[in-house]
Amino acid sequence: MVGKGIIKGMVETARNFLGSYVSKQRLTTIQYPEERAPQIEAARNFPFLVFDGTDAEQGLRCVACQICEKECPPKCIFIEKSKDKKPDATGKMQFYPATFNIDISVCMSCQICVEVCPFDSIKMDVVYDLSNNDRFAGLLLHKQQLAKSNEYYNTIHPTEAAAVDAHFAEERAKAAARVKAAAEAKLAAEAKAATDAKAKSETTLADTQAQPVGGGTR
Amino acid sequence: MSDATNLTAQIDINTIPALGKEQLLELAMGPQHPSTHGVFRMNVVLDGERVMKLKPVFGYLHRNHEKIAESETYLGSMPYTDRLDYICSITNNWAYAIAVEKLAGIEVPERAEYLRVITGELTRLQNHACLLGFLMQDMGASGTPLMYAFREREKIMDLFEGLTGARMMCNYLRFGGCRVDTPAGWMDAARKVVAEFPRFLDEYENLLVGNEILMDRTQEVGILSKELAINAGISGPMARASGVDYDIRKVDHYSIYDRFNFRIPLGERGDVYDRYMIRFLEMRESIKILEQAMRDIPDGPIVDPKTKIRGFRPKPGEAYGRIESPKGELGFYLVSDGALNPYRYRVRPPSLINLTVLEDLCIGQNVADVVVILGSIDIVLGEVDR
Amino acid sequence: MNLENIKSEIEANVPGCQLEFVLNPSPSAQHSLRLDHAHAVAVATYLRDAADLRFDFCSNVTGIDWPAKELTEKVKVKKLVDGEEKEVEEVRKTTIPGTLEVVYHLFSVEKKHGPITLRMSTKDRETEVHMPSLTPVWRSAEFQEREIFDLFGVVFDGHPDLRRLLMWPDFIDHPMRRDYVAPDDFEYEPTAHDAVLQRANQHQSEAIAKLASEAEGK
Repeated sequence: MVGKGIIKGMVETARNFLGSYVSKQRLTTIQYPEERAPQIEAARNFPFLVFDGTDAEQGLRCVACQICEKECPPKCIFIEKSKDKKPDATGKMQFYPATFNIDISVCMSCQICVEVCPFDSIKMDVVYDLSNNDRFAGLLLHKQQLAKSNEYYNTIHPTEAAAVDAHFAEERAKAAARVKAAAEAKLAAEAKAATDAKAKSETTLADTQAQPVGGGTR
Repeated sequence: MSDATNLTAQIDINTIPALGKEQLLELAMGPQHPSTHGVFRMNVVLDGERVMKLKPVFGYLHRNHEKIAESETYLGSMPYTDRLDYICSITNNWAYAIAVEKLAGIEVPERAEYLRVITGELTRLQNHACLLGFLMQDMGASGTPLMYAFREREKIMDLFEGLTGARMMCNYLRFGGCRVDTPAGWMDAARKVVAEFPRFLDEYENLLVGNEILMDRTQEVGILSKELAINAGISGPMARASGVDYDIRKVDHYSIYDRFNFRIPLGERGDVYDRYMIRFLEMRESIKILEQAMRDIPDGPIVDPKTKIRGFRPKPGEAYGRIESPKGELGFYLVSDGALNPYRYRVRPPSLINLTVLEDLCIGQNVADVVVILGSIDIVLGEVDR
Repeated sequence: MNLENIKSEIEANVPGCQLEFVLNPSPSAQHSLRLDHAHAVAVATYLRDAADLRFDFCSNVTGIDWPAKELTEKVKVKKLVDGEEKEVEEVRKTTIPGTLEVVYHLFSVEKKHGPITLRMSTKDRETEVHMPSLTPVWRSAEFQEREIFDLFGVVFDGHPDLRRLLMWPDFIDHPMRRDYVAPDDFEYEPTAHDAVLQRANQHQSEAIAKLASEAEGK
């Protein structure tokens, strides 16, 4: 019968139309901007810089190593290294970026800067409504706009941030242990120097005696 | 087949009987035309409604992707490949990764291969769903079928966002594996989407396959012969619709496709209707592969630990790697001179090469059929013009 | 599918053809055959039609630009210095002439094997850029050879419709050549990058100067 196919198709459309009143499967539309889709954890948009603590300037993890600047495929990152140093996330004295700009009109959200960063300092943000009136300066993000707290990072990417935090805790513990060991070694060295000075003549004698023994084991 | 000149000679306009006494009309379809899927132009010579000559004009989206890649590192080109055929970014990544892996001799761990197959076949599903929607739109079935197709595509894009972080520009594969492992609950969500997909296919078939208007518009329109398809390098669903039994998944045995049980659907006549139906059948086979892959996926590392992200330098040499992308044979040809960036980087774009026969398909057809024939070839201009 | 065997088979069946085996040292081990211009079409037709080869699917055609290269090496030469034979180090410069190379990747749909790689070179990069077209053998080379003509400037003799493919007809240069310099005539966005920013500022000042001179002229 001519028209059977069309009728079959119309039945399907009717099923979808009526179904959209009852089934979430058939009505997937969301009324943006009043409603928003739930944030997916892995989502990425543009990069931001993570800082620890409360002071964005002081706690910035970035050490201005400029690896991301070199590896960025569309070359949208611009970094200027500082002249002086400040302690980084693990307490080591490091340079920091005097300028850190990202041109998000050029950035293509590929995440390669995040992958190459050895200091876990640049991460991907999830903010997407970034429209601006000024297409040049408005889309060039400076260090102050890019710096966001570790707490914020923890809220947008909890699993990833927890792993990074654990890694940093380990590093800090190691650094603390190193400082402690260094202090102890210094004390021990001082004590040893005192005793060494006393028994200097005896040790030189012992050394000369020890040598033939080593040779004799052959 | 043996006489090559028969295939290369353009069809002589004089052999087609003229419709009337009208003048020939030269018309530029596109570049700003909704049926051209982007910025693509066809210079058509018409006799009344009938196409006498058709010359495609390319380059409106040309950005010299290959030149850009010569100044990027090997990894730096990976996000650019997403932008070739922007509907199936993961298969683009995959073809590029395979070429680099051949060039540098990198092995891929088991789990990564499974993840590649799963994401690759999901990409095939979303590409074919898109194509069916667009093709219906080209035929005048405004909106409804396209929206149904996009509703399903949306679910797959949500999966991609959950895994790779981006909906379209996934940048997911790395040389020797994948970038991230699946987050908790992702695999279950993917299983659910795959399990529900056949219902969409059934509905979609009900919606249009028996439709008399569709049959009239597509059957016996734009017939591509098997011989011409092979000689003109046509690949993918378009070649298989003409009966060319050639699927790189079966021929090259790349990745782990040998482990899955699936068939290659073939068309008989090579008209638009066959090209339309072959996509349905391919989606059903993809679902089979997905079900098997999701059942068998093992635990393990997802990237070869020896590969490095920075300072990757393959030894001098060259390699051609190719995969069966949803559009056809997507190949990457790389020449290395031992530096950080490729000396030559070439994309073999299936969309462009499938357009080789556009004129042959359209000559003698009505001008409205040109739109349908172009829609059935399945092009994405990001890949055609590179 | 040994390329050496294929080579000897072609040599036996296409009299007079000169084939050169090109070794590929990379792990892919995709070696190739270099064809001579005079017999290229005959060899290609043989590859397509021979019953045991049947390379009926020409998958990929591409060009490679090899500019002239100067090699410097130090060579020890015996020379008469003050009537005495001495070994003297000499710097010898050899120039490898530049060439444009075209590469064909063939597969067989019927036999399901491949790839084999064919290559051809032009005599130089400036005037002798002709090469026989293989489009009469494989129609799939049609657009790809046009693309190579467009982007590399190789002229394919025997191509049915050799026009520019991607660039517009009035365009002069060949963008994929290694020594191609992009015209500096488009508008730059002042991005974060110093080099780009510098050029952008230069463009801006030039534009202002032009405007000023135009105003003066009026």
